[in-house]
Amino acid sequence: MTSVILVSIFMTLAAAATPILLAGLGELVTEKAGVLNLGVEGMMLCGAVTGFAVAYSSGSVTLGLVAAAVAGLLAAMIFALLTLGLGSNQVATGLALTIFGIGVSSLFGAGYVGRTIQRLGPLFPADYAAHPWLRLVFGHDALVYLSLLLVLAVSLFLRRTRAGLILRAVGENAESAHAIGYRVLAIRAAATGFGGALAGLGGAYFSLALTPMWADRLTAGRGWIALALVVFAAWKPGRLLLGAYLFGAVATFELQAKAAGINWVAPEVLAMTPYLATIVVLTMMSLGTRTGGRNAPACLGKPFPAP
Amino acid sequence: MTQPPDETASLRLALAHVSKSFPGVKANQDISFGVRPGEIHALLGENGAGKSTLVKIIYGVQRADEGEIRWDGHPVEIPSPKAARKLGIGMVFQHFSLFDGMTVLENIALGLDEKVPAEELKRRIKAILDSYSLPLDPDREVHTLSVGERQRIEIVRCLLQKPKLLIMDEPTSVLTPQEVERLFDTLRQIAAEGCSILYISHKLHEIKALCSAATILRAGRVVATCDPRTESTRRMAELMIGAELKSIERPAGTGEARRARLVVSGLNMPGEPPFGTDLKTIGFTAYAGEILGIAGVAGNGQAELLLALSGERRTASNDAVKLDGQALGHADAGRRRAAGLACVPEERNGHAAVPDFSLADNVVLTARHRLPLAPSGLIRQGAVDAYAREVIQRFDVRTTGPAALAGALSGGNLQKFIMGREIGQNPEVLVVEQPTWGVDAGAAAAIRQALVDLAARGSAIVVISQDLDELLELADRLCVINEGRLSEARPVAGLKLEEIGLLMGGVHGEAVAADHAHA
Repeated sequence: MTSVILVSIFMTLAAAATPILLAGLGELVTEKAGVLNLGVEGMMLCGAVTGFAVAYSSGSVTLGLVAAAVAGLLAAMIFALLTLGLGSNQVATGLALTIFGIGVSSLFGAGYVGRTIQRLGPLFPADYAAHPWLRLVFGHDALVYLSLLLVLAVSLFLRRTRAGLILRAVGENAESAHAIGYRVLAIRAAATGFGGALAGLGGAYFSLALTPMWADRLTAGRGWIALALVVFAAWKPGRLLLGAYLFGAVATFELQAKAAGINWVAPEVLAMTPYLATIVVLTMMSLGTRTGGRNAPACLGKPFPAP
Repeated sequence: MTQPPDETASLRLALAHVSKSFPGVKANQDISFGVRPGEIHALLGENGAGKSTLVKIIYGVQRADEGEIRWDGHPVEIPSPKAARKLGIGMVFQHFSLFDGMTVLENIALGLDEKVPAEELKRRIKAILDSYSLPLDPDREVHTLSVGERQRIEIVRCLLQKPKLLIMDEPTSVLTPQEVERLFDTLRQIAAEGCSILYISHKLHEIKALCSAATILRAGRVVATCDPRTESTRRMAELMIGAELKSIERPAGTGEARRARLVVSGLNMPGEPPFGTDLKTIGFTAYAGEILGIAGVAGNGQAELLLALSGERRTASNDAVKLDGQALGHADAGRRRAAGLACVPEERNGHAAVPDFSLADNVVLTARHRLPLAPSGLIRQGAVDAYAREVIQRFDVRTTGPAALAGALSGGNLQKFIMGREIGQNPEVLVVEQPTWGVDAGAAAAIRQALVDLAARGSAIVVISQDLDELLELADRLCVINEGRLSEARPVAGLKLEEIGLLMGGVHGEAVAADHAHA
């Protein structure tokens, strides 16, 4: 019996980690190309509402996921058009994108509040009652596996492929990359688009897998956590995985503590724990600047061409 | 200046009436010249003469407004560096296009258009490093390398592409005489194999030794073409600056007895991990009225020594650094400046100056200790602007005024400004690293003259440089730093170039290269 409970805790953990892992991984690639897109939360909400609307009207969760990725991509393209095409400030534009995403998702989600859909089920549906531990390996939904595969793929892409090398070069020194002959803006736009698509997927994980119903501001600030995790991970996909699952553990602890009826701490304090943990971890990271700060892409957030 | 048509056909590269303007500046006007196959062709000119713009046009970084480029007799468009490399043009930039956070190997891979597996590339790089005896570790990250080592990356990157025209922008500034000779042998060999070389340098004797043709630019126009083997260096320099060249004048000594001003003794300091050089029991004395030269190949502790003297890193013993008897080893950079110990580091942008600050603001940062620019904490903008203007005028800094951003100045111009800013404060002791790196002949002469004049007023000057010619011209005594150890200072008069070269690690360098070859 305890093993069933333990397994279910671990399943919750993976489910809590997956959306921020997806969004964080996208942002990591974006930032590696030197673009600081603070609009992750907004892109996640765009993905969440689009995914839900499409899944609700078509009845297909898969179609919803695809639509969510496209919505995130489009939101990121607005950002790319403004910052890369028109040279607007990346920080201000990113914040605006978040506000835009919140507004748009509220507007288009208004008609769906309270409605439910068939949630995204496990990829390999089976009865795990006899072997509860097998559920840990085979019982997840497709996005959990996808996110893990993407960690591996992004890691290999950045470290082992020529395209990844060029992407890092653009984030490291855009002027030099341009001088050598690489198309800085096109590469940055592509990285931003990838980041947007993954943020859209991460957002849709909330509306299609975690809580299969629409509610306003469903992502509840997880986009910001994803942004912080990229710094925590020192721009390394492997460490991002670790960070996302650590965060998942804290979030699960919060849920379990509530469920267990712990009442000697205010529930608000419990709800704070994931965010507090983020702040504590980031502070610790910046204390050890030798590992944290040095790995940041040197051109992060700097416009190209320089004004 | 137009080449007759029959001759143009046999040229590897021919430019005809090339012009390029930027808002407010005509960088190149009606430039025509040609480079034959296998020719080492010099491009001479002061800062701002338009050399950089011209080679950028040839390398496809910028496009000409007018004019024609012919490659092997055919008119070509060179819209991008990639197109240039496809034609067979390689370039070693003066400002390196390197990626600090990446390894040497990754940097080189980025500059190649063909896809080469990492192991294969490493093998080819090793082969080039060995054949030209260039010490360089392909797996090190660039931010840990010295300027000299960074330049080697660029050279290797070009050589890997087997170019038909190699553009070298001031390539020898940081090499020892032995290395320069080796590089020249290499370049001559490359040229003998049929590759043309466009060689940009302000070191005229190098051009005399290496090049068989020279095009001289001034203010964006071709003012002369000549054969440097027969033309005198003085004449070329005068053509270049458009005026008579002044030799360094050594004012008569003040006549006072040798007074020790900066005394460094028993200076030990561990290098910054992972690749810094440890300073090992460094000791020297700089006397009033003299210029002490410190020679050495990049990465042998020069950067660490400068940090220890400037106060950016403090010494373990307070007595390790003494100015006029006052122990300053524990003092921070500001206190040392106030006491009269001024330092100019090698890196201009980001170390000697804040690129995003105006020239006036950059003045405040170092000059406020010695000059009444901000006596009560409030900046006196009038005084600051006046001082900045004075520096700009005295050192002929080409800029729009004190409000110009430091980062907007060309390297040579910024160096002139920084040197002027420090010299104008009349420091008791001035420590400079690479005072004329990348600065053209006329401006370099002006900077050197200013250093000599400052010494004549009784200051002690320490010049850390990898440019031996400069040290031999400037310094009264010379010592060599090698692997964090400083040799004893010897009077420059009577020193032979080869001797210093050996002290600088020429022999050691060869031994290392030989080890690689056997490994």
